[in-house]
Amino acid sequence: MGRYVLRRLLQMVPVFLGTTFLIYALVWAVPGDPFEGKCGERDCPQAYISAMRDKFNLDDPLPVQYAKYLGNLLQGDFGLTSSGLQVGERIAATFPVTLRLALVALLVEAVIGITAGVVSGLRNRGFLDSLVLVSTLFLISVPVFVTGYVVQLVFGLQLGLISPTVTSPTFGNLIVPGFVLASLSMAYVARLSRASIAENRRADYVRTALAKGLSTRRVVGVHLLRNSLIPVITFLGTDLGTFLGGAIVTEGIFNVPGVGGLVFRSILTKDGAMVTGVVTVLVLVYLLMTLLVDLLYAVLDPRIRYD
Amino acid sequence: MSRALLVPAAVAVALVAAGCGTPETSTGANTEAGISIFNTEPENPLVPGNTTEVGGSHVLDPMFTGLVEYRSEDAQPVNAMAESIQTDDSKLFTVKIKKGWTFHDGSPVTAKSFVDAWNWTAYGPNATQGASFFSQIEGYQDVNPKDPDGADGPQQAPAPTADKLSGLKVVDEHTFTITLSEPFAVFPVTVGYEVFAPLPEAFFKDRQAFEAHPIGNGPFKFVSRTVGTDIKLTRFDDYKGEDKPKFKDLTLKIYQSRESAYADLVANNLDFMEELPPNALAGKKYETDLGDRVVSRETLNNQTIAFPFYTKPYDNASLRRAISMSINREEITQRIYEGSRKPADGWVHPLMKGYRAGQCGQHCEYNPEKAKEEFAKSGYTGEIVLLSNTDGGHQEWAEAVANSIKNTLGVEARFVPSTSFGEFRQKVNAHEMTGMYRSGWIADYPSIENWLTPLFRTGASSNDGLYSNPAFDAKLAEADKAPSEAEAIKLYLEAERMLADDMPSIPLWTQNTIAGKSNRLKVANLHPFRKLDLDSVEVVA
Repeated sequence: MGRYVLRRLLQMVPVFLGTTFLIYALVWAVPGDPFEGKCGERDCPQAYISAMRDKFNLDDPLPVQYAKYLGNLLQGDFGLTSSGLQVGERIAATFPVTLRLALVALLVEAVIGITAGVVSGLRNRGFLDSLVLVSTLFLISVPVFVTGYVVQLVFGLQLGLISPTVTSPTFGNLIVPGFVLASLSMAYVARLSRASIAENRRADYVRTALAKGLSTRRVVGVHLLRNSLIPVITFLGTDLGTFLGGAIVTEGIFNVPGVGGLVFRSILTKDGAMVTGVVTVLVLVYLLMTLLVDLLYAVLDPRIRYD
Repeated sequence: MSRALLVPAAVAVALVAAGCGTPETSTGANTEAGISIFNTEPENPLVPGNTTEVGGSHVLDPMFTGLVEYRSEDAQPVNAMAESIQTDDSKLFTVKIKKGWTFHDGSPVTAKSFVDAWNWTAYGPNATQGASFFSQIEGYQDVNPKDPDGADGPQQAPAPTADKLSGLKVVDEHTFTITLSEPFAVFPVTVGYEVFAPLPEAFFKDRQAFEAHPIGNGPFKFVSRTVGTDIKLTRFDDYKGEDKPKFKDLTLKIYQSRESAYADLVANNLDFMEELPPNALAGKKYETDLGDRVVSRETLNNQTIAFPFYTKPYDNASLRRAISMSINREEITQRIYEGSRKPADGWVHPLMKGYRAGQCGQHCEYNPEKAKEEFAKSGYTGEIVLLSNTDGGHQEWAEAVANSIKNTLGVEARFVPSTSFGEFRQKVNAHEMTGMYRSGWIADYPSIENWLTPLFRTGASSNDGLYSNPAFDAKLAEADKAPSEAEAIKLYLEAERMLADDMPSIPLWTQNTIAGKSNRLKVANLHPFRKLDLDSVEVVA
């Protein structure tokens, strides 16, 4: 197991280099000089533009620029944005917020999704099954921004039950955006666990367990669920990565000061240093999440071993 | 015209106040209250000379008081820190500043505070965004030499030969003189812009500490900043100016999107938003959402179509006139903007002092017959292209304008989008436009001159289309040298009139900005510079 983890960690190095280079190249390759639109309809003073180009090494060839950036990055220096803010500090400030939001969403997704999936999977073709199928179909077909605006409009503005935006990002305040963010994946989790449960319900080991006289609760809760959750765990794991990086829409609607908004605004203002920094961190998170998921497999199914 | 528009605004304010049943006096207001207003994340370090974008200037504007400020009623400059600005020849200005003022850290505001700040901003190696505003002062070329082949060229800009503007002299503690390289009658009007703010000693000692905690001399002082969330300011109680605020704390809240800010405004969680998002403007939704909390006002910006004089056939005056006369401004402003834009009849904004209506004459009126005649005269039969960026909500009107031209002239007229403002500006700056293009102007300072010189004078800073008319240039130069403001205005208007035949750009419309306030604010007016007029704000007791 230890060697497997080590091997996986080493594999991350080329992936990390490749992705950061791609991001770096793409960010600075977006058409338009990043300092042209900075001063509105009038041109920026030449001294300003040349100082900025110098600061971001824009006059060097791309590989040299990237090497300089990587050199700083390896020393833990994410650099400064064009407005003089520390990229590292901004990531440290926004990441915990998004992590909190993602955890709330993951919890909502796992609890509601798996429960609905198990219930409908056990009662094939019953009323509950059809209900879950129809409601998940509905959730899948509605984009997150629609869910978000509708929730904000109905519960926030018309009924006045919630604040239309998040005033401070505490766990309690993040429940509503968490629900919105989780809504789509929740439906997938429900369907995934339903299919898995329905398939495994007729498996030999379940029949054996029942024949041995174990209670249905124990058979379902321990034997059936444990095996059926493997694909679901994979989905949840990668989804946490997606939540961390892709909460742009939800964060925008509910004004959550997290990573999504930071990336979005940085792209709009062409703050290359910020975009590269944040996305680099996201790549790392994603890699670690997939490693964690793979390790969880072994815990769930003893037949899977990585040696 | 400007006065006529201001009257309804004043009446509306009075009506709202009357409707609340309280007279509009400060006794009925809660002077210890705090308010929150919408803002975007500042894109630059918080230093006045380095801030030309909106998010940063909304923070610095209440924190600094310059020599003059622009009145909210008519955008006219009034002395703020200046006791007097005198000149005999529009070239040498003597500025006396008021005594007894201090910065927020207790240090006095002196003539040196202004001179040092201006020198710092203008000095090339400091790489400020505001440097070019000092280009009229004598010695600018020495502190900020021009790069001979532009910033992209291989040659380096020559090193500055001086680190101070030779045109600035401190006479005594409260007096300094400004010498311009050319006479410029309007100069005193320009110095109300934020890049001309004074800076305290503390700034020159430790710039980084200052950026983290800016120190100004204005009605509000800095409290704290949480990047990405908010910036907090509070009233400076030792403030000596006339415009003392009638409330205590000012929070500039930073939103991820305008839409989320609007939701907060509707729910009364946010107190003021100076420009509503498109989803609120569509179908006049804001009227049902906000009711009497809507605040609107004509502001100092316009929309025009500019021509690349370096690209054929746009250097043809007949063609330019034909295009202008084939655009149905009335219908487009009604259909697309539901009347929140007003068709323009000249290049100078109607709110300007001395503005004269109808300067563009028949060439800015929709007239299919005349347009076809002119078009035939131009001898051009090919396609007409209109370029614009689409990230600022420009697609709708640009398509409508292209259609209007197509239907009237019976030629192929096409709108060509460009994805981002930055990319669009880059092509404009590099003179690579392949057709006529969207342009707009927001006044830097309230003077007729600002709507003409930077845009149309040969070689001027924002004359991106490379228009050149020696007679027009001569008229502007004559106006710049005029001994009095009234005389200058008269000459500038004559210059504007000269543009009507040439149509170096097509004036389309001016904007009525629509803002909104919460029910906590008794009074909140918009400033012509499209921001909240903080002096006017009164909070319900």
